[in-house]
Amino acid sequence: MQDLIETASQTAGPYVHIGCTPNVAGIAMYGGDLGAVMRTGPVQGEEITIIGAVHDGMGAVLKDALVEIWQADAAGLFNTPHERRGKADPNFTGFGRSAGDMQSGEFTFHTVKPGRVPWPDGRLQAPHASLWIVARGINIGLQTRLYFEDEAEANAQDPILSRIEHRGRAQTLIARRTAPGLYRFDIHLQGPQETLFLDI
Amino acid sequence: MTQAPPRQGGFIARNRAAHPAALHPPYKTSILRSPRAALLAFPSSLSEETGPVFGQGLLGPLDADMITNFAAPGESAIGPRIIVHGRVLDETGRGVPGALVEVWQANAGGRYRHAKEGYLAPLDPNFGGCGRCLTDAEGFYEFRSIMPGPYPWPNGGNDWRPAHIHFSLFGPSFAQRLITQMYFEGDPLIPLCPILGGVTDPAALSRLIATLDMKATIPMDSRAFRFDMVLRGRRQSVFENRKEGL
Ligand SMILES: [Fe+3]
Repeated sequence: MQDLIETASQTAGPYVHIGCTPNVAGIAMYGGDLGAVMRTGPVQGEEITIIGAVHDGMGAVLKDALVEIWQADAAGLFNTPHERRGKADPNFTGFGRSAGDMQSGEFTFHTVKPGRVPWPDGRLQAPHASLWIVARGINIGLQTRLYFEDEAEANAQDPILSRIEHRGRAQTLIARRTAPGLYRFDIHLQGPQETLFLDI
Repeated sequence: MTQAPPRQGGFIARNRAAHPAALHPPYKTSILRSPRAALLAFPSSLSEETGPVFGQGLLGPLDADMITNFAAPGESAIGPRIIVHGRVLDETGRGVPGALVEVWQANAGGRYRHAKEGYLAPLDPNFGGCGRCLTDAEGFYEFRSIMPGPYPWPNGGNDWRPAHIHFSLFGPSFAQRLITQMYFEGDPLIPLCPILGGVTDPAALSRLIATLDMKATIPMDSRAFRFDMVLRGRRQSVFENRKEGL
């Protein structure tokens, strides 16, 4: 077995949208941007919307970030041919990509409330979505997770949330429910509210 | 899928020494955009080991040809014509099939097609600056473009980016997500670049530099550059304490 070393990351730079969401950048390509639509038909489970923003160390909102989301469907299954536990909802991709609004910088995902997914030892994780954030000035893409405020019981048993020593830091992974079906999730790159980022 | 993929275990921990640190002050924007607390490490679960899989149905016939994919009919982008090709492997040396490779770059004058771009070099009406392809069954990819120009950028008083192509790589697992940049062999701006200076391991730096590949050139048409990339790899599952079917 050959041991290679992962290619070094480089910042996505200020023009990541040209490559990853060209239509948002004003370049009509590919018949639409990848990850723009997560629900491709009637979906199982609760339809939800996640809105948030990425903030820098001075509290300013990033206008040039790219945020990706990957999550299970309402039954806890992933829409990939590698899913061995069953067949995921065919009308839900589980993958979204948001360039953020050009004026406000807010990212938006129209998705579904994910079901519970097993941890390697068989315990169930709390409902969550994986997020990946890149932008100018971010030298290596940041991985984090979004959990849901209204899943307190599941969150208390979650293998990751329950092992975070500082409770305040665990709170940075919890999306607030601001209206039925609407969640708010702010990502802070630095400062007292710095989001807990993951090394997975 | 007719055959189950080889059974693999969790992801090998990321070797952060091969990457730029989050905070690299010579790259000024990193100062306010770098997390300061330690990352939380944990073993990968299905949430990170899975990811969206993209098929050939996603791609249009010109997606991998930046010379023509934005050009008017019969026109083509201005600049030295190049082929960029290589192989995407994982850390265990296996080719990564079906990886989505998305690329973006400046035009031959060093200008991006973007509302926030302020460089005085002109736009090329026949160059959009983005392309994409999927790796084949062995992990090989190829696209066609024009040589991007170097460009100045506001950082220090007089910083210039070496000619480069941005790469976004999407392997089968969300944990493998990677964005990087490819540079060109022999560019004298490489050792001066504050962004590249964040890659402190000389071997890691040299792996970001594509080499002229005369064997893959097309005579009287295009030069070729070879750029191989490595994504994170997984342990063999024989070492895993994992239930069947999970
Ligand atoms: Fe660039």
